[in-house]
Amino acid sequence: MTSKTMEGGQAIIRCLENEGVEYIFGYSGGAAIPIFDALVTTQTKIKFVLVRHEQGAAHMADGYARATGKPAVVLVTSGPGATNTLTGIMTAHMDSIPMIVLTGQSVSWMLGKDAFQEADIFGITMPVVKHSYLVKHANDIPRIVREAFHIATTGRPGPVLIDIPKDVSAGPCTADLHAEMDLPGYKTDYPVDNETILSIAEALAKSQRPLILAGHGAMISGAGASLRALAEKAQIPVTTTLLGKGVFPETHPLALGMLGMHGTAYANKAVCECDLLLNIGSRFDDRIIGQPARFCKDARIIHIDIDAAEINKMIRPEIVCVADAKTAIDELIKHVPVLETKEWRRHLDGYKARYPLKFKRQGSLKMQHIIDEFYKMTGGHACVATDVGQHQMWAAQFYKNESRHNWLSSGGAGTMGFGLPACIGAAFGRPDDTHICFVGDGGFQMTFFELATAALHKLPIKIVVLNNHYLGMVRQWQQLFYDDRKSGVDLEGNPDFVKLAESFGIKGFNLRRPGDVKRIVKSALDYDDGPCLINCEVEKTDNVFPMVPAGAALEDMLVEPPSTKLEKPTGST
Amino acid sequence: MPNTDKNMHTLSVYVSNKPGVLARVAQVFARRGFNIESLVVSPAIDGHFSRMTISCSGDPEGLDQIIKQVSKLIDVLHCVDHTFDESVVKEMGLIKIAVDSEGRSDALQIAEHFGCKTVDLTPESMIVQIVGDPAKIDAFEQMIAKYRIIELVRTGKVVMSRGQETT
Ligand SMILES: Cc1ncc(C[n+]2csc(CCOP(=O)(O)OP(=O)(O)O)c2C)c(N)n1
Ligand SMILES: [Mg+2]
Repeated sequence: MTSKTMEGGQAIIRCLENEGVEYIFGYSGGAAIPIFDALVTTQTKIKFVLVRHEQGAAHMADGYARATGKPAVVLVTSGPGATNTLTGIMTAHMDSIPMIVLTGQSVSWMLGKDAFQEADIFGITMPVVKHSYLVKHANDIPRIVREAFHIATTGRPGPVLIDIPKDVSAGPCTADLHAEMDLPGYKTDYPVDNETILSIAEALAKSQRPLILAGHGAMISGAGASLRALAEKAQIPVTTTLLGKGVFPETHPLALGMLGMHGTAYANKAVCECDLLLNIGSRFDDRIIGQPARFCKDARIIHIDIDAAEINKMIRPEIVCVADAKTAIDELIKHVPVLETKEWRRHLDGYKARYPLKFKRQGSLKMQHIIDEFYKMTGGHACVATDVGQHQMWAAQFYKNESRHNWLSSGGAGTMGFGLPACIGAAFGRPDDTHICFVGDGGFQMTFFELATAALHKLPIKIVVLNNHYLGMVRQWQQLFYDDRKSGVDLEGNPDFVKLAESFGIKGFNLRRPGDVKRIVKSALDYDDGPCLINCEVEKTDNVFPMVPAGAALEDMLVEPPSTKLEKPTGST
Repeated sequence: MPNTDKNMHTLSVYVSNKPGVLARVAQVFARRGFNIESLVVSPAIDGHFSRMTISCSGDPEGLDQIIKQVSKLIDVLHCVDHTFDESVVKEMGLIKIAVDSEGRSDALQIAEHFGCKTVDLTPESMIVQIVGDPAKIDAFEQMIAKYRIIELVRTGKVVMSRGQETT
């Protein structure tokens, strides 16, 4: 294979094969034709999935990566094809998802001359990629693809974009496909400093009310088993972020569930009352710390993160450790004694009993009821994708995750329209598992066209449209903070989602009464002839609690609906 | 050269000489509301790498983030803050002054005092070249301002650590 002349596009496909790529999600177009042609001429085993919109391709790749832990590939054309992936790239960037985005580009000699479908996608995406390339010579392809996968998957992962002018993908490539990387500015070794580990162990040993906060970094690092060993050995309760869900089994006696804006009351109270917070791989996002100045005021804070730029960004910890989460935990376990935390744990168990997550099974149909039923019937072992809004927060609260790679939710970006395509991407990666997509009526309509992709490939996904006929999360804010002045939140004109599904050849169910929840959830789970959709006509004006208003401190959490009018929130969103 | 204005910072960034690297670095500053006051980019020893010396202004609280975010860029080898160290800091200026034969000898005297070189001379004007630390150039500018300054170009600071230390 080496130094045989091939076209640039063919070299790209061969390099992707060398990286072990299974699927490419994408959409064709003029500037990318040589690469699409190479999919045929190379007779590659890589399967190409034609989506219905490039944003769908990006979210599918994202979902595939989250569900399998493997990097995913997107292939689109120049100009609008490339810009349509932007939201998907930003979403992946915010959540550290490894993704390679290949964009076709006008021919090199037309760059910067406003050629047909020329967009400066290299420039446009610069703030939302981990790295990017504009390929100038076909012989650079093997090195660039190698570097792109290396960068996307190591350290703190992220999306890498490769923009390929048409003359480059059509031009001759004679370079060795196993090219050397040239990345003198990129380091991937994070030696764990022994002194630091000892000082963390010492701080833990002195603590009476320790708490572990585990984030996406712990998940990405594959630290689940190590984390569990640490928590169990030292008897430390664990709370997780939205993206950390599943890194520690949520049904474990030491588990406190998710913290933050819509976290459990007991997790937030634990954060307020702990005397030591050990943060492993969370970036202290504003959704979880509320008001930085009042966060964990009386606790010693320790921060382990692979990304040095996260240290001291939001919070100034007392001890910091720039390292891979799993490596650091494995070292730490050796030095941590068994802690006497019985009283602290009993105290937190008291909170669990006093402030359980709850909802009413009678009266109007609740989203929580449906989510809870799915949780019970799947034993918490399905791969769950969510969209963004109220249903996302209830899914986080009521679908408890037992293991990693089973919780796909847009955290940092909060991208509506993410859920369905992410679920589809996950199902491509894990065709034998059960996939559930909890999606709001608003977000579903942002990317529902991918029903075609799901139907065509007969993917085993259960699409649960939690239909409150509102942009519910925004309506909740308007009700609580703006005297219930509804503005731009009424989704009048929603289609009949069951008929919509049926028009794609997808089985549809309607769910309207609490009494039908069990039966219909079971029917949906039993259905095994491709995707199915349940349109759930739920209570229109229910609100998510607990809630920490944006910018408020965790202590100001509202466990129940407030009886008085609230001040407008000071936080950003 | 210890800095007095706490919002002024001098950073040295060592980068791979690749397309887009300046844009990526500049974006880190822009996004966080920092203003780049001066910027010098030049090839380092073997042409494979470049050196950027960046003077910028912004809240010192945010500087740590800027340094880390710049360091994190794939094409950046390192980013060092020289604001408070004793590095050698130099800058060059070219100043075109409107002087005829009447004022010329006085202007030349001032220029000589500051160690300037005269690099262009016409009956109505002269260009002087000054090299030194930025404060020295400021001082010269003030002194010579009694003549009309037609135009002025400054390179921006370049910085180098002293002794065995590398920049
Ligand atoms: C692309 C995008 N646009 C706007 C928003 C702001 N937003 C956050 S939640 C939400 C409402 C979502 O409504 P729906 O999908 O029906 O879910 P619900 O909250 O009703 O469960 C909106 C508009 C967003 N997160 N993403
Ligand atoms: Mg809704």
